[in-house]
Amino acid sequence: MTQTPQNYSAANEKTAFVSERSRWDRVKLTLGKSPWTARFGMIVILFYVILGLFAPWIAPYGEAEVFAVPFAPWDATHVFGTDQIGRDILSRLIYGARNTVGIALATTLLSFIIGGGLGLVAAINRSYLDQLLSRGVDVLMAIPSLIFALVLLSIFGSSAINLIMIIAVLDATRVFRLTRSVAVNVVVMEYVEAARLRGEGLGWVMRREILPNIMPPLIAEFGLRFCFVFLTIAALSFLGVGIQPPTADWGSMVRENASLFQFAQYDIKAGLTPLLPASAIALLTVAVNFVVDWFLHHTSGIKDTPK
Amino acid sequence: MNDILLDIKGLKIQGWSDEKWHPIIKGVDLTLRRGQVMGLIGESGAGKSTLGLAAMGFTQPGCQITDGSIVFDGVDLAKLSDAEKRKYWGNRMTYVAQSAAASFNPAHRLIDQTVASTVRFGISAEAEAKADARTLYGALNLPHAHTIGDRYPHQVSGGQLQRVMTAMAMSPRPDLIIFDEPTTALDVTTQVEVLRAMRKIVEEFNTAAIYITHDLAVVAQMADVIKVLRYGQEVEEADTRTMLAAPKEDYTKSLWSVRALQKEERPKQDNILSVKNVSASYGKVPVLHNVSIDVPRGSTVSVVGESGSGKSTVARVITGLLPQRDGVVEYQGMSLPAKLNDRNKDQKKRIQMIYQMADTAMNPRQTVREIIGRPLEFYLGLTGREKEERVRELLSMIELDDRFIDRLPSELSGGQKQRICIARALAAEPELIICDEVTSALDQIVQEGILKLLMRLQTELNLSYLFITHDISTVRAISDHVVVMQLGRVVEQGTKDAVFQPPHDPYTDLLLSSVPEMDPDWLTNLKLPELT
Repeated sequence: MTQTPQNYSAANEKTAFVSERSRWDRVKLTLGKSPWTARFGMIVILFYVILGLFAPWIAPYGEAEVFAVPFAPWDATHVFGTDQIGRDILSRLIYGARNTVGIALATTLLSFIIGGGLGLVAAINRSYLDQLLSRGVDVLMAIPSLIFALVLLSIFGSSAINLIMIIAVLDATRVFRLTRSVAVNVVVMEYVEAARLRGEGLGWVMRREILPNIMPPLIAEFGLRFCFVFLTIAALSFLGVGIQPPTADWGSMVRENASLFQFAQYDIKAGLTPLLPASAIALLTVAVNFVVDWFLHHTSGIKDTPK
Repeated sequence: MNDILLDIKGLKIQGWSDEKWHPIIKGVDLTLRRGQVMGLIGESGAGKSTLGLAAMGFTQPGCQITDGSIVFDGVDLAKLSDAEKRKYWGNRMTYVAQSAAASFNPAHRLIDQTVASTVRFGISAEAEAKADARTLYGALNLPHAHTIGDRYPHQVSGGQLQRVMTAMAMSPRPDLIIFDEPTTALDVTTQVEVLRAMRKIVEEFNTAAIYITHDLAVVAQMADVIKVLRYGQEVEEADTRTMLAAPKEDYTKSLWSVRALQKEERPKQDNILSVKNVSASYGKVPVLHNVSIDVPRGSTVSVVGESGSGKSTVARVITGLLPQRDGVVEYQGMSLPAKLNDRNKDQKKRIQMIYQMADTAMNPRQTVREIIGRPLEFYLGLTGREKEERVRELLSMIELDDRFIDRLPSELSGGQKQRICIARALAAEPELIICDEVTSALDQIVQEGILKLLMRLQTELNLSYLFITHDISTVRAISDHVVVMQLGRVVEQGTKDAVFQPPHDPYTDLLLSSVPEMDPDWLTNLKLPELT
């Protein structure tokens, strides 16, 4: 036998300086380094979530409570005035956070469950099933989705459930494409082969071996998809087939109060009223994108060295 | 003092990782004369690549030069801006990377890439440069030297690509070339060709070069002087003959002796696995022809051959990933179902596999605890405390400790990763382990550690190994039986002594004589047997 250097030991190879960290430590470390844009985004999202969750306690009046004066100006009783039939705008804005954001979130989640699940199955299977699913998705994607959604909503009627289902299925096509394309690169890795050799079932391979490794692009897509869904719902509501009155929703609030624009020359605040729900939509979209951008940068592995 | 081309003094470089600055080079001096070839050797993490790049005034992202000077032909590169340094790069100094395949642009023809910087710097006109490139291709023994430049990178082999890259580096007639492990990824027989070509051309144009490698025998062929690095510091420097004959430092001596690992004979036991007359194909392309291999219990059978010889395919057939077209795989006398899905859990448990690239063989999102714990849970039904204890036990078996249990693969070194893979295989309590090139991505000392570990485990647990490799010195070190494969056929097999004693099959002879020896005259005197 040969003599290795006296001080050689496998445990002391070059990674001896790596500090021991738990998962929680890693999360704290990452959050600590986040830029101000991401922090701003997270605060805004948190603010919306709190508004949505506690709407009945935060809002001064009920969602569909009608007061005597329609189009009331901004004053002490109605901070942002009332709408065309005399409902308090501020209260509806707060309830709108719950409805619009809630429905958008449910829709996005559902589209990820459908699209992500089928995408993973297609990536692992890679045979006739993959062909069938992929070509089916191609057909669905060939039809402009807003028009398709309009058609389907007029056929099935615009209830909240239908709205969620239809947008989720249409959006799942995009999620399917993304999941499949990132998953095929992971499926060929040796650790997936090792899991198959061990005899692991499809569920384990999907959830434990592949999913964690394609999470970054999926989470980024989730953020963007959420914004798109959110905008689609707002657009559908603006067109009148989305969320139906008296449920408060930012998209329909823009439409309903749009006529206030013409009074801007007499009272600038009245002109601003329809812009409030529009800004609520814009702010959330921007906030979500800030967070997604930071997340993408973080997972891209670009090293931030201090200067 | 015009004779000195490069003079590095007191160079310090640090790198950013794990939220801290870490010193990579801790004050190294290096002097290179015109036309001199210096070999830089050391294990990974020794800082040899960082030093090689620094000789061009370049640092990788996340690294910075903190102290020292890099004087190239009278100019201190450490003080120049990137824009000024770019006038030197690709002009007076060039670089040959380890992976030629990853370094070429797949969208451009080879010859256009070869002459790109020569033309850009106005050293010669495009037509002249191309004519010169064709001459260089010829000098580098590339086949079809006149037309090979019109091909795209994917249309030539790895060894050819490596030589084209050398031609590219030579095209502007630089004063200095940095070779960064240019032959590490190549087969032995290809390596000899590339080494010859590189040495010839460096001598012909009297170019100074820094040759970075962890393979001592290779550096012995190439370098005039050798510098040994460890932990970012110089261990010693001497001219090649002195260094080989009489290394001064203990560390250098240990590097020299790594190849002398020996294995004692093991008593012969019954066959645990028999591959009988197996043929297999990928789609319609046949890759295995009538292959028969026996693995006796408790022994090591090495399968050697170049890439494309079908040795990894044998492993895929045995594990059931690639069902054979013909023949049977018998495990303890019982025929194994060809398809993985038809095998039961017990059959899967008894044969485990260790891969070449430990990086890709472990899920980067799982901690060591999850990686080793899963087979325990899956095959043996261990949970909770029992599982945790067994994981710790396995970690100590592979000479690592509890500190590693929460780490992710990215926080381990190459050797540690491979050890975790071994632990994962052991967790299943197998009888046969298939080792697919398990040491070829590792440094010599780490390799030796892994091989020793495998041998110890074999004695303790009476394990059988099917060891797939292209590295003859590893085969000599650990095998009981040797199977030589070429183009999907077994050309020779038998006990180690029988295969390694002449007379050889011509192909075995070529393989054996292509392994570089620790003799600076080896390459000069080498006469390779002709293959028919």
